[in-house]
Amino acid sequence: MKNVLCAVAGAAALLISAPSIAQTTLTVATVNNSDMIRMQGLTSEFTAKNPDITVKWVTLEENVLRQRVTTDIATKGGQFDVLTIGTYEVPIWAKKSWLVPLDKLGADYDVNDLLPKIKDAVSVDGKLYAAPFYGESSMVMYRTDLFDKAGLKMPESPTWDFVVDAAKKLTDKSGGVYGICLRGKAGWGENMAFLTAMSNSFGARWFDEKWEPQFNSPEWKKTLTTYVDLMRQAGPPGASSNGFNENLALFSAGKCAMWIDATVAASMVTNPKDSKVADKVGFALAPNTGLGKNANWLWAWSLAIPAGSKKVDAAEKFIAWATSKDYTKLVASKEGWSNVPPGTRTSLYKNPDYLKVAPFAKLTLASIDAADPNKPTVKPVPYVGVQYAAIPEFQGIGTQVGQQFSAALSGSTTVDAALAAAQSATEREMKRAGYIK
Amino acid sequence: MARMVTTRNKVISTAAAWLIGFLIFFPILWMVLASFKTELEAFAIPPSFLFFHWTTENYVTVQERSDYLHHALNSIIIAGGSTLIAMLIAIPAAWSMAFSPTKRTKDVLLWMLSTKMMPPVGVLVPIYLIFRNFGLLDTRSGLIFILCLGNLPIVIWMLFTYFKEIPKDILEAARMDGATIGRELIYVLTPMAVPGLASTLLLNLILAWNEAFWTLNLSTLEAAPLTVFIASYSSPEGLFWAKLSAASTLAIAPILVLGWFSQRQLVRGLTFGAVK
Repeated sequence: MKNVLCAVAGAAALLISAPSIAQTTLTVATVNNSDMIRMQGLTSEFTAKNPDITVKWVTLEENVLRQRVTTDIATKGGQFDVLTIGTYEVPIWAKKSWLVPLDKLGADYDVNDLLPKIKDAVSVDGKLYAAPFYGESSMVMYRTDLFDKAGLKMPESPTWDFVVDAAKKLTDKSGGVYGICLRGKAGWGENMAFLTAMSNSFGARWFDEKWEPQFNSPEWKKTLTTYVDLMRQAGPPGASSNGFNENLALFSAGKCAMWIDATVAASMVTNPKDSKVADKVGFALAPNTGLGKNANWLWAWSLAIPAGSKKVDAAEKFIAWATSKDYTKLVASKEGWSNVPPGTRTSLYKNPDYLKVAPFAKLTLASIDAADPNKPTVKPVPYVGVQYAAIPEFQGIGTQVGQQFSAALSGSTTVDAALAAAQSATEREMKRAGYIK
Repeated sequence: MARMVTTRNKVISTAAAWLIGFLIFFPILWMVLASFKTELEAFAIPPSFLFFHWTTENYVTVQERSDYLHHALNSIIIAGGSTLIAMLIAIPAAWSMAFSPTKRTKDVLLWMLSTKMMPPVGVLVPIYLIFRNFGLLDTRSGLIFILCLGNLPIVIWMLFTYFKEIPKDILEAARMDGATIGRELIYVLTPMAVPGLASTLLLNLILAWNEAFWTLNLSTLEAAPLTVFIASYSSPEGLFWAKLSAASTLAIAPILVLGWFSQRQLVRGLTFGAVK
């Protein structure tokens, strides 16, 4: 027995080795997408200018990252110095004092060059709490060849009536072409991102001014009925399990006449390496119903510093570098203008070199300008956020409601039943969280 | 006549076994195939099975982007360390409960199993705080500790059932012949328990290798094992299947090879008792 104990103690002693972290090592937590991976590759340019700082990267899948970073910041674990977070987290975390305000980004940072809507989305009470690395909205991507063949002309700002009508006309199920591809996979960041943005254009809202859920409103019924009917008649089979990637695959393979999704998809569907329809794609604003709101969302992956980081100065230096105009120029010189992170700075959309290689630039900018996180809906709402409500409870509620709507799309429940279930689930959660009695 | 039926049965059961084996193996095969495709071919519908443009570019990209050896070494140390410590604690525990049971032995065993009934995320925040206060976040020793604790109930249960199968009379006979407790353990008990010990060890190693909740949440860089390596290749926006497959293939390769070489022990241990 004594021997066993000795062995355990010995093994433990051998294996205990605390990591040695130098004073100026920054740990950056980030998501896996091409812009972030590119930044990772260019880190040496930053460290060459700042030899006293080393940068280490933790790349994780979005949902894993969200859980990991939330746990760490809520417990003040101090594992990260720079966080990649979305516009959903910024207002919630800033109000909890979990983030360091970014007020030392340097004189040449030019904060006013940031796109106003994006800047709003990462600011609280006029203070910047995260620096946008790339921004996106959503828009209509459509096949110009199919539209020409059918004698249709896409307006720059189409109505839902036009989109529904065109989708039905362009559907050729025997030929494997569907009029429209939309998200159907359940999740607050999946189908609910699209459906919430769509509902805004129909005049619906998640909550009224007193935080009462509004799924029993005629506007929501019209939104969901339009969506389900449209997808039944003109959508691809199995749409209730399609997210961004599935629709990207369908559109790139030439199976969708229209696709409404993130503006970042534009550079993917126009890239001949990945897309069979690269030279036949047109762009338009997300549809509306004439009420003054388009069905487009607003999102920006941004860099922020967790409160409690002991390396705030170095972290802020890094953030200023990564989101600066010079970084854009650096990417352009190394990998070409089409690879620069889009959607954050006004100057980029005035740059002729960029406009030449990005046929979607004008519509991306117009889409971002058309979304207002502080006034997302036709009727007034108590929350911030276009395709989400920036309250901590939204992730859970959004996913529950998303499951109901996904079920309505697949036909396992009706539109009315899905809305009723969404209403009661949201009411229950909002009561539990103390928003309503 | 009887012979013919046997032959036919043999053919049928062999074919069925191969079919089931192939079905179970198929996802792994598909992953390996996808790792040699381009991103475009990896999501192509209809998918191509073998006739695609074979490429190793995904492996090159994965090598360039992350440090496989660092993660693999962490996996080996964490899975190996936690397994060894779990075995060292579990063998005496199971041995005493199997050979000198008391009134409370059953309760103790049930209590141990009950710790596995709560989803780990339920204790994430308290564990995270404890780890933070003891400076165990992102350390290999911390992960060894938590994985060892997590797997102990299973290890003790498995060993307990193996030890239970060993007839007490043999040990008593050895004692009658004057064997000391040490000799009894080494010369009588150990040879009879080796298959059980080996399969428990291997299973525990596989469980620890694949454990993805604690390893993802409690490690950052220094102690990050292969689960973190895989998680960095999944993405909600953009194509990633081929690179994810390449990373996954690299991550499971060591444990697959180990499992392959030790399958005899694994099968013998897992069917121990059932075929006696």
